[in-house]
Formats: sequence, structure tokens, C-alpha cells
Amino acid sequence: MANVMAAPKRSARGAAPGRRPGRRRPGRRRPGRRRPGRRRGSGGPALGPGAWFLVLPALLPILILSVAPLLHGIALAFTDAQSGRTQATRWIGTLNFQDLLHDTLFWDSFRIGLLWAVGVTALQFLLALGLALLLDQDLRLRWLARTLAIVPWAMPEVVVGMMWRLVYNPDAGLLNETLHDLGLGDGRAWLSGLGTALPAVIVVGVWAGLPQTTVALLAGLQNTPRELHEAAALDGAGAWRRFRSVTWPALRPVALAITSLNFIWNLNSFALVYVLTGGGPGGRTRLPMLFAYEEAFRYGQFGYAAAMGCVLVAVVSVFLALYLVGRLKGDQDR
Amino acid sequence: MSAFRGRGPARAGQYAALLAYLAFLVFPFLWLVSAAFKPARELGAPHPTWIPQDPTLDNFRQALEEQPLLRAAGNSLIAAVAAALLAVAVATPLAYVLARHRSRLTAAATGWVVVSQAFPLVLLIIPLFLILKNLHLVDTRTGLVLVYLVWSLPFALWMLTGYVRAVPRELEEAAAVDGAGRLRTLVSVTAPLLAPGLVATALFAFVTAWNEFFFALVLLKSPENQTLPVVLTHFLGAEGAADLGPLAAAAFLATLPSLVVFAVIQRKITGGMAAGAVKA
Repeated sequence: MANVMAAPKRSARGAAPGRRPGRRRPGRRRPGRRRPGRRRGSGGPALGPGAWFLVLPALLPILILSVAPLLHGIALAFTDAQSGRTQATRWIGTLNFQDLLHDTLFWDSFRIGLLWAVGVTALQFLLALGLALLLDQDLRLRWLARTLAIVPWAMPEVVVGMMWRLVYNPDAGLLNETLHDLGLGDGRAWLSGLGTALPAVIVVGVWAGLPQTTVALLAGLQNTPRELHEAAALDGAGAWRRFRSVTWPALRPVALAITSLNFIWNLNSFALVYVLTGGGPGGRTRLPMLFAYEEAFRYGQFGYAAAMGCVLVAVVSVFLALYLVGRLKGDQDR
Repeated sequence: MSAFRGRGPARAGQYAALLAYLAFLVFPFLWLVSAAFKPARELGAPHPTWIPQDPTLDNFRQALEEQPLLRAAGNSLIAAVAAALLAVAVATPLAYVLARHRSRLTAAATGWVVVSQAFPLVLLIIPLFLILKNLHLVDTRTGLVLVYLVWSLPFALWMLTGYVRAVPRELEEAAAVDGAGRLRTLVSVTAPLLAPGLVATALFAFVTAWNEFFFALVLLKSPENQTLPVVLTHFLGAEGAADLGPLAAAAFLATLPSLVVFAVIQRKITGGMAAGAVKA
């Protein structure tokens, strides 16, 4: 859910340990023709009635606390539900969505959310790609970089936000001090400047998610056959040419999957910006989730906030489809 | 042997890039640690140094006095441990079924694992809030634990399914041939081989819950129930106005458990990521 996503912290993708790609376990039947990766391990007997006692302990919480709330949430979007109201909730059709259409504050937050999600995801991808290529080399400090990369990943988002408030602090923050030492002026109040707040929080978003993206891309890189590189080098291909013709094609499915997943997570993010700016100044960093949170739990507009959630789901679904395509491709390519 | 290999200037450029990355990665954290040990007058001085000139533990004392950090840490600990144990306990049997059987349920569960990662929490939190309210579990640690359980299930299932698949099916078949029933096989053959995976999954679920903020913010209203991340936000004022020393000290303290756990399971995580990233 969203967070195992979050950080959980975003973690969910922790996935499938013990299954190193490319190494077929001994003694297994040859994988089938179609999508070998997916069928592996699922070739067992059909589920007998006796297996239900294995399934129910997880299935019940999932149904009651995840699937049902999700459906309920979608249904709420078509009602006038409010918190703490005494009269019954009424079904009001698409009224919430019509209101959303004319709510300039919502569109502002939607636009900011897209800027944030695109900015963070793109920068994260570009930096992580460069880093992954770098860490794939025989460099001396590589182990250090890999070890320290865990730090942002392990930190609670709230702490990441507090830490960067210290860095951005106008009076004695690291950033302004560094600028001062470099003779680049006296700095400014980054998080409360109308023009600087959004770029400032985007940098923090990039920082927080960079390690995961790098590790994922690095894994993809190490999955490309070395022989191809050597063959290409022998044929006289330069670095760029080898990247385009050998590295990138092998990396593309991973890149697509991780990028679409990052985009989804970023569009849904909350804690980081809540702590950094609370959505300010003047709503310049009010991401959709912050806006929906305020509507729901400050103003009690449950139905309206649920409608916002539905709009986000619609957007996210597009990228979820992209992610699934990337995943299937990744399976096929192996 | 890889995408760009170089000598001399190219190599130097690579090291420069690596150092820049390390600086970007580490300096903010060092700044936080440094601030945590600086006395107030150093923090307020115009040009603070990296190393505290006059290191002190006052910030930690003040942080503990200003906010009920220990109680909050206790709440976080209870919620995270309970959620991690529950998650592993209920996810393991299902993961076993997902790894070993083929059925429509397998497809549905796998689909849920993927899709559940993408939904905006706001769509989930309002109904969850209403459900827990009806059960009189809003503003209780039990309610939070239930939410965290479901929240950590997708990745627990994902990790555990991978671990089960890594146990050779032949071992289970051999046990069956020797006359062991299914449960017996599970308990005495599969479970011991899964143990490291169970621990890694539980630790990961622990960190996830320890770091979680949004659900705790919405679901816990009374101060005595609040978890550490929620209480930490009480240190924040307007930009520049906050009491920086205690803020840094509290933030540093809250991070330590996650860092320790991550350090312990780092290899598993990056290894799992490596396998998972290609798959995922």
C-alpha cells in the first residue's frame, strides 16, 4: 500500500530475495516457453480446500482493511460525507467531481503535484543512472558509496524533512553557509521564498529516493551480459555507442518500471513536504495529498477529499499500467 | 569493463563525480548530527563550524524535557514490533501458497500486491478512519497496529514468496515421500530454511512502521498515544523560528534504531532489491 511503498518507506519492492536473476536452480524442469519468469514456482498443484487455513489469516485483514476501504473510499466520493455530522450521508452523484472541476485551489495543487512528481522522478532517474554507471566501475570508494547510500533510505521521512530544514535554515543553515563561503551572496530563506520553495523541496525528494533508484538501476546494469560489452568494444564501439546499443536496451525494462513506480510514489507523497513547508508559502508546495488531507481532516469534507483521491487514482492508473508493462517486458527479456 | 572506462582525466572525472555524490548524500546528515551536539549560542552564531567547538548533550536533555520522546518511542516500538510480528505470522502461510500453488487466488493476490502500492493513501485513510471509529479503535494503538499490519503485508508477501521459492521443492517432496504430512513438512523442513528470510522481513516491517507518519498523524489524537514521528513534528515552528538544537537531537535519536536495523539487513535489502528490481 502506498507505502510499502512508503517508504513504506518505499520498500516494497524489496522483493524476491534469494532469486538471483539468471541463475537457474538445479533440478528444475525447463521453464516453459512463455514468460518463464512468471511461471516459475507456480507450477504446483491447484489449491486444495485444505489450503484455506493458510490463506485466511492474511486474506481477512487484506479484505477488511485494504480492499473494502478502497471500494468504500471510491463510493464516498459520490456522497456528501462529512466528519462529525449527525444527519445521514446522502448520495450526490458526481457533484463532488463537478466542484473539483471548478476548484482552482485543487488544480493549483494538482499542477504543483505534477511538477513535483515529474521533477523528482526525472532528476532522480538521471542522477541515479549516472551513479549506477559510476558504481559499476572499479572505483576505490565504491563500497563506501554503497554503504552510505543506505542512510537516506533508513531515515524516517519526518526526520529527513527536519534535517533539510536545518540545511535550508536562512540564518545558519548549511546551504547558505556554503554559498557564503564560496562568495555567492548572503543566501536566502529557501523554504519560504515563493520562487524557491518548490525547487527546494524537489531537491529533498530527490535526496530521499536516490539510493533506491540507484540500487535498482545498478542491479539492472549488473544483469547485462559482460560479453556483449566486450564484443562491442572489440568492434570499436565507443562508450556512448556501447551505452546506446548494449547497456540501455538491457536496462530499459528496469528503468521503465522503477521510473513509473517512483512517479506514482512521488505523486502520492505527503510526509516530506508536510514537514518541510506544510504546503506553504502561499500554497506553492501544496501537493494534492496535503490538500486532500486538509480537506478531509481539517475541514471534515470526507466526500470531497475522496473525490480528489479518485482523480489521483485515475492519473496513477496510467503509470501503473506503464509499470506493469515494464514488469512484463522484464520477464520476457530474461 | 563497462559503459565508460577511462584513464587519466576520465578517471579523475569519475572520482570527482563520486565525491560529489558522497557529499550530497552525507553532508546533510553530518550537519544534523553536528547541530545535535552544538550549544545554542554556536547554533545561533553567524558562521557555525562542522565540528562543535564546545560539544554538549544539553540539546538531548532539553528535547527529552520538551516533548515526551521516551513515551512516544515506546508507542512506536510497540506498534512496530506488533505489526512486524503479525505481518510475518499471517503473510508466511499465504506466501507459501503463492509460491507453491497455482490458482486464481495467486493471480489476485499478486495483482493486489502491485496495485495496493499505487493508491493514494487519502482514498484509504478516510474509510479506514470510519471503520476504526465504528470499532472504537480510532486513537488506539490496536487500531494503528491493524493498519500497519495491512500496510506492510504487500512487501512482506513479496519478500516471503521469494524466500519460499528459493527453498528447493525437492526437499519438501523428499519429506513427503518419507511420510511427513503437509504441516509436518512445513514446520520441520521449510520453516527452518526460511528463518533468515522471516527475520529480514520482520525487520523490514519494523522499520516501515517505525518510520511511518501519515496514518499515525490521522489516527492518533491523544498525546499519550502518539508515535515518535508525530511527536517529532512538535519541534517544528515557522522556518527559522524553531529551537534548532533540541530539534536536531530528537531527530538524530529517532533515526538511530532504523539505521541500526538497516545496517544489519543491508545486504538482504540490496540483494533483494537487486533481484526484485529486475523482476519488479
